[in-house]
Amino acid sequence: MSLLKQKGHVAGKGHGTDMRKKTAFMGLFLAFALVLSYIESLVPVSLGIPGVKLGLANLAVLLALYVYGWREALLLNLMRVLLSGFLFGSLFMAMYSMAGALCSFSAMCLLKRTGRFSLTGVSMAGGVFHNVGQLLTAFFVLKAPGVVFYLPVLLAAGIGAGFLMGRLSEEVIKYIRRARE
Amino acid sequence: MKKNDYRFMAGTLVLALAGWAGSHFLLSEKGTEIIVSRNGKQIGAYSLSENQRLTFSDDEGRRNVLVIQEGRAYMEAADCPDGLCVKHKAISDRGESIICLPHRLSAEVSGGSEGTDAVVR
Repeated sequence: MSLLKQKGHVAGKGHGTDMRKKTAFMGLFLAFALVLSYIESLVPVSLGIPGVKLGLANLAVLLALYVYGWREALLLNLMRVLLSGFLFGSLFMAMYSMAGALCSFSAMCLLKRTGRFSLTGVSMAGGVFHNVGQLLTAFFVLKAPGVVFYLPVLLAAGIGAGFLMGRLSEEVIKYIRRARE
Repeated sequence: MKKNDYRFMAGTLVLALAGWAGSHFLLSEKGTEIIVSRNGKQIGAYSLSENQRLTFSDDEGRRNVLVIQEGRAYMEAADCPDGLCVKHKAISDRGESIICLPHRLSAEVSGGSEGTDAVVR
């Protein structure tokens, strides 16, 4: 509970009912993101290449980005990576996924800002740059140039996963907008 | 979806296809040995023509078991949390690698037409 209050305090600018509603929604988004991370950790999608995954949790980040804005989405993203790292993985893996998450998030914010891409386009960029970020981290940690061989598969996988999550978000966001009114 | 979405999608997929085709057809060549490194430092090189089972442990006792069989190498077991390296397909072409990120271990196929400069045990 204290977590939810803090989130509202940091992210919210509004007052009264708006603020309370936003706090509740942000809490829901975070819970949603963690459930998605958990589901993802239960169902490993493996194509024999490390790093290929659906990125289900990005659904919650996308929704926060479009319903509120980049500050709220960034906060949600950071909390999600830290908490799911502690809950379902190790600290090292959390650092690793943080690199992917931040790279992906920057790309999504930039593309959204241009106003020339739809939600699905932004999501695809997120998928691609998540994988690029993780690959770069792997490259620097292992100092193994061989990891670039993964790039083609990871690019295509990023597009595929981003497309799916983007379309899903476009459908879900209609209901959220209605619920907020 | 907007026009730019399709452009981004097509551009990335073309890049991916070109990269894949390039590495698959131009560079595809059987390697002769496998180089194992931890933290980017080589800790061993092993011939791919020799069937063997190799165990690598770090200071904290974290283990990876690499198996070389009929010119291909795969990770048989590892006690890392995600186990992605174990799921990785067997490698045999030059440049292919299996990485275990939690243990900072990488195994890369090398050799081939360039020959080997040195074999370190």
